[in-house]
Amino acid sequence: MYSKGLAPLAAAAAVTITTALALVFFYAPNDADQGFVQKIFYIHVPMAIVALCGFVAGGVFAIRHLRSGDRSWDMRSYVAIHLSIILGLAVLITGAIWAKASWGHWWLWDEPVLVSFLVVFLLYCVYYPLRFSIEDPDRQARYSSVFAITAGAFVPLNFIAVRLAEKYTHPRVLSQTGGSLPGEMRLTFLVALAGMALLFVTLWKLELTAKHASIQLKRLRNRARVAA
Amino acid sequence: MAAIELERLERRYGERVALAGVSVRVEEGQTLAVLGGNGAGKTTLLRVLAGLLRPNGGSARVLGAELPGERWKLPAQVGYLGHEPLLYRELSGRENLRYHARLHRLAPARVEQLLGAVGMEERADDPVRDLSKGLIQRLAAARAVLHEPALLLLDEPRANLDPAAVELLEPLIGRASGRTRVLVSHDVEGALAESDLTLGLRDGRPAPVGAELYR
Amino acid sequence: MIGTARAILRKDLLIELRTKESVPAMVLFSITVYVLFHFGLDRDSLDGELASGVLWVTMLLAAVIGVTRLFAAEREQGGIDGLLLAPVDRTSLFVAKAAALFVFLTAVELVAVPAFALLLLGPSLGGAFPELLAILALGNLGVAAVGALVAALAAETRARELIVPLLLLPLLVPLLIACAKATEPLMRQDAGPEDLGRWLSVLTLYDVVFVLLSVAVFDFLLED
Repeated sequence: MYSKGLAPLAAAAAVTITTALALVFFYAPNDADQGFVQKIFYIHVPMAIVALCGFVAGGVFAIRHLRSGDRSWDMRSYVAIHLSIILGLAVLITGAIWAKASWGHWWLWDEPVLVSFLVVFLLYCVYYPLRFSIEDPDRQARYSSVFAITAGAFVPLNFIAVRLAEKYTHPRVLSQTGGSLPGEMRLTFLVALAGMALLFVTLWKLELTAKHASIQLKRLRNRARVAA
Repeated sequence: MAAIELERLERRYGERVALAGVSVRVEEGQTLAVLGGNGAGKTTLLRVLAGLLRPNGGSARVLGAELPGERWKLPAQVGYLGHEPLLYRELSGRENLRYHARLHRLAPARVEQLLGAVGMEERADDPVRDLSKGLIQRLAAARAVLHEPALLLLDEPRANLDPAAVELLEPLIGRASGRTRVLVSHDVEGALAESDLTLGLRDGRPAPVGAELYR
Repeated sequence: MIGTARAILRKDLLIELRTKESVPAMVLFSITVYVLFHFGLDRDSLDGELASGVLWVTMLLAAVIGVTRLFAAEREQGGIDGLLLAPVDRTSLFVAKAAALFVFLTAVELVAVPAFALLLLGPSLGGAFPELLAILALGNLGVAAVGALVAALAAETRARELIVPLLLLPLLVPLLIACAKATEPLMRQDAGPEDLGRWLSVLTLYDVVFVLLSVAVFDFLLED
């Protein structure tokens, strides 16, 4: 069920990422102030965007799960959130590396996107203990979906609040996305974003396929055991 | 229309099967005795009938309500007397019953009537934590029948009761009450004497009633 | 629905009055934390953003206690079966529990805020009182709604005492930001509200989103 289209998707992801890497290293110009290190931006920001979309998607799948009672939606939600948490960790790490390399500090409270991410990450980390402390599978799925929806609604609210709270004296340094990018940087960025998104969806499908297969296997084993 | 219609009812906890293949039909006013050893699934069955647990397989109709979809219809018609008295320990018997009366939209007079019926008028204002198990059981029974339910689910209802109390509660929760009842008890002979139907359970599945059941 | 919610609220308030377990603990905790801040920051008096921050962080930490105990009465009487066996719809239950939490928080603030003013606050609170009340009211509403939701999510988990703070506190970050920022100008030497409208709007948005969300989602909790 999930493995439909997996091969072409994986191929597309591989192609896009390779292109993106090529663009990053050979096409995009070195930043005047920050030098080569600025290129982390092409990983950091796409990861952040994809992770956020992943969290929101997790919330949307959770809504479908609660409405239909169909546990496969919960599985989709779980995998989306699970992958986004891993991405989120990478966002924080690459953000810190970039901050240290460019500004000499491992962390910047002035950077609202990074700070919001930290809060979101801390929140979603609770997903695992919450989920796995509930034994009954039906209930586990339901409560996880409630969490996914609550946390999904929280993400935008959090961004708004943190952005409003930033001190106006410091300019936003890391978030030079989209709008004000010169041509070459913009193209590279967009390709990197597409590559990251394709990679995420590929991994998502891959994990779902694997989980689905292992569930089918368990079912067959159970049936064999009962029949014996 | 039967009060309870179960067809190959199933309830699982993850991999573990708590109930499977349970089929039974109970008419209005009848008493069903559910017998079996510890862990056989008797309490699970009661909880499914009460609407506390949703079935994972088979079909179930209780008092006309399809489970699990129409579970919300059950609380008003079902009285549950289980292992836990479901009374707030810091409140008095009267306060507990008044609270339940409010939830069921009953007049306070009904509370007084029941306190009299279970012989608790004198100690109705003592906090539940100060009462003996027998008195708590009386209050729990009062709570279970407060809203005049059509179906009674009784899990060892006579635990902790002295003979006088048993007699007092008979018109409320016994055969004499005229309500449909599902009774779980370890007193096999007593249960058989006051029931119309029996269901034996072993490891969640129906089994013939006899010494084998308790192996 | 209101009748049921009122009955449950009444029961919860009655139990709290008898046991006195949540509110006094939250008050004591708040004052203890003020003392900790005094030693930790090595300051005799605070004003402006520091004062506002200490007040609100302490409030949220105390709220964790209240939220963890929100379904305690149910657990002690043998689980939430009692609620499930009564004709109670989830929305009434949510309203009742959130209202109970709101009342507890208000009761705690009646002591903790004056205590704060006495122990740690430099400038006097007098002038900006009505504004402070507005912030407290909207803040409590948000904490009550989110708190009731988190309490229900964690009600039957084994690791409840761990999950409640880890879940509640990040969710309350936007509320903390808005409340602290709104309160900060009220705690300066020349107290007077600043940007109050903006922060109250953020608070209101937060409250509306979480009340609606919790009501919608509560139906799926606490049942099996």
